[in-house]
Amino acid sequence: MSALPRSITEAAAMLRRRETSAAELAELALSRAHVDTHNAWLLVADGHARAQARAADERLRRGDAPPLTGIPWACKDIIGTKGIQTTAASKILKGYIPPYSATVVERLDAEGAVMLGKTNLDEFAMGSSNENSAYGPVRNPWDVARVPGGSSGGSAVAVAAGEALFALGTDTGGSIRQPAALTGVVGVKPTYGRVSRFGVVAFASSLDQVGPFTNTVEDCAIVCQALFGEDANDATTMPLASEDLRRDLEKGVKGLRIGVPKEFFIEGMEKGVERAVRDALRELERQGAELVDVSLSLTDHGLAVYYIIQPAEASSNLARYDGMRYGARVEGKDLLDTYRRTRGEGFGAEVKRRMILGTYALSAGYYDAYYVKAQKVRTLIKAEFDRAFETCDAIVTPTSPTVAFKIGQKVNDPLAMYLNDVFTLPGNIAGLPGMSIPCGLSEGLPVGLQIMANSFQEATMFRVAAAYERATQHHELRPEVAA
Amino acid sequence: MPIDRETVVHVADLARIRLDEAEIARFTDQLSVVLDAVARLGEVDTSAVLPSASVLPLKDVQREDEPRPGLTNEQALANAPKGGRDGEFFRVQEVLEER
Repeated sequence: MSALPRSITEAAAMLRRRETSAAELAELALSRAHVDTHNAWLLVADGHARAQARAADERLRRGDAPPLTGIPWACKDIIGTKGIQTTAASKILKGYIPPYSATVVERLDAEGAVMLGKTNLDEFAMGSSNENSAYGPVRNPWDVARVPGGSSGGSAVAVAAGEALFALGTDTGGSIRQPAALTGVVGVKPTYGRVSRFGVVAFASSLDQVGPFTNTVEDCAIVCQALFGEDANDATTMPLASEDLRRDLEKGVKGLRIGVPKEFFIEGMEKGVERAVRDALRELERQGAELVDVSLSLTDHGLAVYYIIQPAEASSNLARYDGMRYGARVEGKDLLDTYRRTRGEGFGAEVKRRMILGTYALSAGYYDAYYVKAQKVRTLIKAEFDRAFETCDAIVTPTSPTVAFKIGQKVNDPLAMYLNDVFTLPGNIAGLPGMSIPCGLSEGLPVGLQIMANSFQEATMFRVAAAYERATQHHELRPEVAA
Repeated sequence: MPIDRETVVHVADLARIRLDEAEIARFTDQLSVVLDAVARLGEVDTSAVLPSASVLPLKDVQREDEPRPGLTNEQALANAPKGGRDGEFFRVQEVLEER
């Protein structure tokens, strides 16, 4: 075998037919990760992966193995892994070795999945291009002069370049869906409350969710099945009865109402992106879906709501990095000076910008005008989505207004960078599930189709995505990567 | 310009972040652009709207208060910064000025 199988389902079938072993898949993935030229990996955990692969082969021999047993995966380096360095791509956490694993890692461990290592990201997940990593930018395998999107850029590239069969990312304003779109893979942000954040480095706690990157829609459903569920260690996980997320994959879209919000087809969107998304909508219509106009008139204000709430929560969450109990410390003349130097030198520019913005929005005299105002508009945005879902079963839009842009193109213009997430961040504000699936190329670069559903209706979202995927070949396109 | 140099310096101090002169100048310009953009929220009528801190339909989540094993001393101290550990303690600078 010279390349990983095309999907988790294919690999799982091969493992059960004894055509390959977990050990062979792990060696192949590790060798690919070691020659990766995109800076997707911050750490490759050979010994850990080999030990997990051995255990997986044992379990497969016993014959009671869950679907992810022996499947090699990549972990965004903002998700804590016991005994394995976790940096959030920040200098301030260099050398940090978590004493426990995140719940999502424990769940994948329990499934017998094989963790290969930790992937690169924008520092503390703050960014849309993966250029904000303290350990260098990630390159897009479709064009190495371009960004892979962010913040989960390394995880997206690990899957797109055939170095892992799935990856975990986190999505606070689009950090799974946007890099999935820009690298041509499938990426899911589950409903807020679906997945435990215990052990995940906190960014903006009312928005953050963990989710997978995969090659196919069914693979995403399989990984979500393993991740979803209440966790006593995270009081924001919903206590819901377990459901089969794959139950509607074959149902097709006949009779479903697909909402199309005109506010998502804006000026500034690239023509090639609009064309690919319009084609996708026509395909869904051809399959029997009914396209309905929905109004999300506050979309334009989503960016403002997001860029108040998210930095405010981040400034509070990141107060813990003070150089006292873990991480880097830069000693100054007194304790206060030590805090200021530690954080001034330990954080990168974008993190500092957001800390200042968030602290400002929460400070006396501005709290009501910024933070409370944003929380009120958040209420209105959620209500607008609720109304939209009275008339449709899913909402389909572009994931990002552009294809992958050049490295360096937007680094000095924060507002232009923030606009990358204008179509994805409303889903975080309203807590809704969303995913990006490949819907073709524009000028040789992948375009992502975003599918959103009502809260906890991931099965419907997967149903639409699977119907589109079955009818098209876009998900089979892969960048040419030198092996 | 909705945010000036003095405000950036003050807020960075509140956030316990030391900035150099170049950063202060750059952040003042960049944050002004961002604050101009978010100020458009003022156009939205929210006079009869309650704020949402979270969209999750959960309230007052509780669990049994049962003792569980936590980190050992050694585990908790293992990630102490360089020069930040003294035996079984974290070493920090004086907090109180007078004794």
